[in-house]
Amino acid sequence: MLRFLVRRLLQAIPTLLILSILVFAWLRSLPGGPAAALLGDKATPEKIANLNHVLGLDQPVVIQYFKFLGRALTGDFGASLISTQPVMSEIGTFLPATIELGISAMIVAVVIGIPAGYLSARYRGGAVDNVIIVLTLIGVAVPVFFLGYMMQDVLAGPLGLPSQGRQTAGLDATSITNFAILDGIMTSEWDAVWDAIKHLILPAFALATIPLAVITRITRASVLEVLNEDFIRTANSKGLTQPVVRRRHVLRNGLLPVVTTIGLQTGALLGGAVLTERVFNFRGLGFLLAEGIERRDYPRLQALLLFGALVYVLVNMLVDVSYGIIDPRVRVR
Amino acid sequence: MQQLRLTRTRRVALIGLAGALAVSLSACAESKRDEGAGGGSGGTMIFGAAGNPKLFDPIFNDEGETFRITRQIFDTLIQNKPGTADLEASLAEKWEPSNDGKTWTFSLKQGVKFSDGTPFDATAVCFNFNRWYNMKGAAAQSQMIYYADVFGGFAKNESDDYSDPVYKSCEAKDPATAVVNLNKAKGAFPAAFTLPSFAMQSPAALQQYKADEVTQSGDSFTYSEYANKHPVGTGPFKFDSWDQGKGEITLSKNDTSPTQTAKLDKLIFKVIPDENARKQALKAGDIQGYDYPAPADYGLLRNEGEQVLVRPPFNVLYLGINQSGPAGDKLKDPRVRKALAYGVNREQFVKSKLPEGAEVATEFVPKTISGYTDEVTKYPFDQQKAKQLLQEAGATNLTLKFYYPTEVTRPYMPNPADVFTSISEDLKAIGIKVEAVAKPWNGGYKDDVQKFGKQDLHLLGWTGDYNDAGNFVGTFFGRKKPEFGFDNPQLFQALAAADASPAGDAHAKAYQEVNKQIMDYLPAIPISYGPPAIVVGPKVKGLVASPLTDERFNTVTVN
Repeated sequence: MLRFLVRRLLQAIPTLLILSILVFAWLRSLPGGPAAALLGDKATPEKIANLNHVLGLDQPVVIQYFKFLGRALTGDFGASLISTQPVMSEIGTFLPATIELGISAMIVAVVIGIPAGYLSARYRGGAVDNVIIVLTLIGVAVPVFFLGYMMQDVLAGPLGLPSQGRQTAGLDATSITNFAILDGIMTSEWDAVWDAIKHLILPAFALATIPLAVITRITRASVLEVLNEDFIRTANSKGLTQPVVRRRHVLRNGLLPVVTTIGLQTGALLGGAVLTERVFNFRGLGFLLAEGIERRDYPRLQALLLFGALVYVLVNMLVDVSYGIIDPRVRVR
Repeated sequence: MQQLRLTRTRRVALIGLAGALAVSLSACAESKRDEGAGGGSGGTMIFGAAGNPKLFDPIFNDEGETFRITRQIFDTLIQNKPGTADLEASLAEKWEPSNDGKTWTFSLKQGVKFSDGTPFDATAVCFNFNRWYNMKGAAAQSQMIYYADVFGGFAKNESDDYSDPVYKSCEAKDPATAVVNLNKAKGAFPAAFTLPSFAMQSPAALQQYKADEVTQSGDSFTYSEYANKHPVGTGPFKFDSWDQGKGEITLSKNDTSPTQTAKLDKLIFKVIPDENARKQALKAGDIQGYDYPAPADYGLLRNEGEQVLVRPPFNVLYLGINQSGPAGDKLKDPRVRKALAYGVNREQFVKSKLPEGAEVATEFVPKTISGYTDEVTKYPFDQQKAKQLLQEAGATNLTLKFYYPTEVTRPYMPNPADVFTSISEDLKAIGIKVEAVAKPWNGGYKDDVQKFGKQDLHLLGWTGDYNDAGNFVGTFFGRKKPEFGFDNPQLFQALAAADASPAGDAHAKAYQEVNKQIMDYLPAIPISYGPPAIVVGPKVKGLVASPLTDERFNTVTVN
């Protein structure tokens, strides 16, 4: 197992290196550049040239890349052009929001998706099934930002839910871990907990739509497959009651592929978070990335894109490792 | 599992309990918010900012979102009278230039203290001036944009881009008198003393928190603890905190400020980058005001009871003409440039495409600026004359590459595509073929236009920093630039002379003369002066919209 892990880790290194070259080259090829972004509206070609010299941006790109790599290996990705804060500390500050949103969205997707998929399979071909299938199709097809704006305009007012931000502006809540709900619980500031939950509801549902639809479809397909298996027929013929058959045999076996899907969708949530966080002004990594792209914050983009890649690589590794545990043949191959 | 199964009654009771808990929690949240919004004597105002501040040491800053905050914390020696670009006393009660414009004597307000309790006096003034002048390190100097612009250079320049320093020395004659000596007169003064970059900061705090430490960090810079956590000034508010995660900057009333006492207890700036989101937040009552509402929303916002305060224009939109562009020498002919000016229907454009308060520009400085004159050559819309001039110049078959930006709105140009369409239709009507080139503002437009001069025509503009004509025309036409592609030593010299003329009437006259010359030579065509707006909720009283976006919140109350 250890050798398998080490091998996977070693494979991740060239992947990240190649990605770092691609990201670096792409950002350097864009017109404008950090100096122009730093100087803003009053930038003149002379001021830009001067600043490029100060920052060493007039050196050959290869030298610039190795300098960047050298610093990156020590965890130094430089400072954001927008906030002048070190990018790594920005990631530390904004990551909890994304995790909070991602977990909430996943809870929504699982709690609604699995029962919906199961119901759909159980009443296959009926009205319930048809409604669920149509809804999942819409869920996959509607763009997150459109859904987000619609929720803000149509739902926020009538439901009394905040349409943006992580907390009510000016709310005097203690910040310890930057996880708003956790901080509220730790300090017994229950109004802050409730405030954070209210702010999470709309963005979590918006972000959940795609994984929710996918989980529903996979559950449905998987349960249908299990229902046709021999062992179900055996269970039925043994005289077990229907609830017992459904719970012990159908659901338990049908959930295996669903668990894998949940893992994969968790990775995909990161991408969805960019749009959701932007629309709901929910200050997480997605928000940070969107702002970085708009205002050409090169150091921030470099760090965030590589951080995202690292997360993907790690999630994939975890999935592979879990396969290795479930099926030892994978390790041998 | 069996034991955990609940009876029906228990389940109902539990649901009821959860509901009651939710309601009481919700009530708690409400009560806390009410306290925040209206509690205490002066209450709290939350203002929606369009972007993150960078840092709070104004000398290293040049952008509006940061200045909006530092303006509340710091005072300058001279300030703009609220709602205008005129000068009035601030930390200096009086200011007097010598006849040659090389010495400025400031009589300071007495008894003023910084919010850390240290006194503001002439020694503090000199400390600030000397700090700027003696700043060391290429990193620090490169970020002092306005200082380098106004004062030319440093004690020891660390870049070839800087010139001889304008600043010479500062003497604290007595606690209430500071004398600033210059190496040469500078037209930007006294107006430039109002720039938020040149605000007075506490020498004690600057030293304690090592404010001069600016270090390169990758492709950017990091600043001292002072700039991030401990800015100290004499302004009506003092800095409390900057919560990056929440995007909130909290200021509270500065009780040591005898100059401009704030009415609010707290002033919070909440960063909401999306314009639509700011509008939603105002409607929901989460914030009590925000900046840069879209002109298309003015009417809608007013109908909903919000106050849209339109600022007097302090900017100019122009149609740039590049005399060394792809069309070759054609645009060097003054008759062709004049034909373009007569051919553009600016009245119609301003009336149909710009928000209320916008005006047709007749020269490159707005009316509020000293140096503006009505006696410039004007080019009223006249298609016949335009066609005739083109014929005389032998340029009836002209094709021009017309650049315009995308992905951007600017106070002087709410919708670039609209401006482009309107002007190019006019040009087509006088027989000029237009080849449109649209580029993203940061994605090549500024580079192509300002650095490489790839265009014949382009759209750009400028928002003024302080009340001086040189800040407009000097910036545009003070030297040879790829943007305009002309070399007119006589004009460059006239601009330099106007800049060096001592403050007062002579200075204004010098710029009036230059403005006449410019409008005769016509290196570009001024199109319009645009009025940006700021919006506040119906309960906000006392906010005065400023042409320089110099809104101060000390006069504000929230009912």
